[in-house]
Amino acid sequence: MRASKLTDLSLAEARDGLLQKDFTSEELTQAHISAMEAGRKLNAVILETPEKAIDMAKACDAKLSYGGGGALEGLPIGVKDLFCTKGVRTTACSKILGDFTPPYESTVTQNLWDAGAVHLGKLNNDEFAMGSSNETSCFGPVNNPWRNKAKETNLVPGGSSGGSSASVAAHIGVAATATDTGGSIRQPAAFTGTVGLKPTYGRCSRWGIVAFASSLDQAGPITRTVRDSAIMLGAMAGHDAKDTTSIDTPVPDYEAALGVNLNGKKVGIPKEYRIDGMSDEIEKLWQQGIYWLKDAGAEIVDVSLPHTKYALPAYYIIAPAEASSNLARYDGVRYGTRHEGDNLLEMYEKTRGAGFGAEVRRRIMIGTYVLSAGYYDAYYLKALKVRRLISDDFKQAFEKCDVLLTPATPSSAFTIGENLHDPLAMYMNDVFTVTVNLAGLPGISVPAGLNMQGLPLGLQLIGQPFGEEALLGIAEKIEQAAEFDARPEVWWN
Amino acid sequence: MSVDDKTVHRIARLARIAVPKEEISSLGTELNAILGFIEQLSEVNTDDILPMTAVVETEIKRREDAVTDGGYVEDITANAPASDDDYFAVPKVVE
Repeated sequence: MRASKLTDLSLAEARDGLLQKDFTSEELTQAHISAMEAGRKLNAVILETPEKAIDMAKACDAKLSYGGGGALEGLPIGVKDLFCTKGVRTTACSKILGDFTPPYESTVTQNLWDAGAVHLGKLNNDEFAMGSSNETSCFGPVNNPWRNKAKETNLVPGGSSGGSSASVAAHIGVAATATDTGGSIRQPAAFTGTVGLKPTYGRCSRWGIVAFASSLDQAGPITRTVRDSAIMLGAMAGHDAKDTTSIDTPVPDYEAALGVNLNGKKVGIPKEYRIDGMSDEIEKLWQQGIYWLKDAGAEIVDVSLPHTKYALPAYYIIAPAEASSNLARYDGVRYGTRHEGDNLLEMYEKTRGAGFGAEVRRRIMIGTYVLSAGYYDAYYLKALKVRRLISDDFKQAFEKCDVLLTPATPSSAFTIGENLHDPLAMYMNDVFTVTVNLAGLPGISVPAGLNMQGLPLGLQLIGQPFGEEALLGIAEKIEQAAEFDARPEVWWN
Repeated sequence: MSVDDKTVHRIARLARIAVPKEEISSLGTELNAILGFIEQLSEVNTDDILPMTAVVETEIKRREDAVTDGGYVEDITANAPASDDDYFAVPKVVE
């Protein structure tokens, strides 16, 4: 098999090829290292670890040769720079972390290495995962492998997991880790024609992941197929004593949940997701999705989530509040960069003033304000109450259906720079995804087609707590009906 | 509610972020746009609604109060901008 062809394989196909000894992990890994080096124009990978990858691949080949190995044995993946990786620089794409090199490994990445995955490198993301376009990264923006038909401008790959989505769409890695606080897995997946799964809160350990908003953050995979998503989640998930919010419930065989029959399954359509000014192409896509699931045997039911419009404002109180607390640790004392001052207070202020980018500074200040004396009840406590109403909306909807079907994003990928100086326009990207984080539910974005400009669009399925199996089974039906096999034309080599 | 320059300065102080004087007013404009957006929540009736602090209702886990980790000071201080003899070093705080 030619090396360039090895990067065509899905994660499941590569796994099967390794088991059948069609090629070695070293060959597979080398093919992806070459794709990574050829794809530097995308700026998706901010730290390449090729020697480490080859060493890991050789060890995998040794295990595979005697029939051993884990669920991901020998498969090369990328890791979002939010995951701490032992001995490998981790920055959250913020200047303030400098050359921080963790002396420990995040639980999720440790689970992946234990399952046999091979580490290709660290992936670009919005600074501290705050953004929807990957433009707030201190390493600069990521270019979406997809371009519109005119091909004159580069588009964003979504965010915050933009390096994850772009690297998977460009076939640099077979899969990538990502994190989702308000849509940061699902929105970039929708913008790049990939599959993004945000699991139920507590399904994956948050230990060793740079914290943004702890009650909302959750790790998950970005892959090219629903089956690959199931395989990755199985390896990432699990209880962890080091994260008290991780849930001690068995990890099912997600791959076995595929190939189900949808007869008798009820799919809810929330009317509040038909927002003002929604484009025709998104409406059409949604109707197409409804048709596909009906055609596959599901029953469609109308449901209402009346507090939907308050999700984004509640999120922009809760997430910054938690961020202002979490990011207090970056003070120039224990790790990262320091800017000297005449006294301790001045050192803190200068370090943080120089180390944080504009969006992070904005969110820390909003968070500080809503938590400050006199405003706590009016903003923060109010938002927590609205959060319960949003969560209760879902509970009531799930009395009538098994999953919900919605668009993943209000538009296709936009041009780099288009929304950068308008925070509120940028925040609107998460209008369909943020509710899921507030309620702690699982959600998946599946590529469903291309728009008039030839850009991918995604549909979102929302599940009940720990309903990932149902979610994946139904997502596979959308994948099959959509027959999405489009690939971006390679312009970046 | 909207914030004036004095309040922006106060928030920056509380957040321990040095903001150059010439950026205070534009930062205030940005913050006010966001505060205006989140203001919509006041339309929602939340009487008798309990604040939601956890998405999965579980009992808080307990464990024995024992030392389970530690003993690698060098690893901990390895990333510090300044350290001295197993301690983090900061500008003098007591004369």
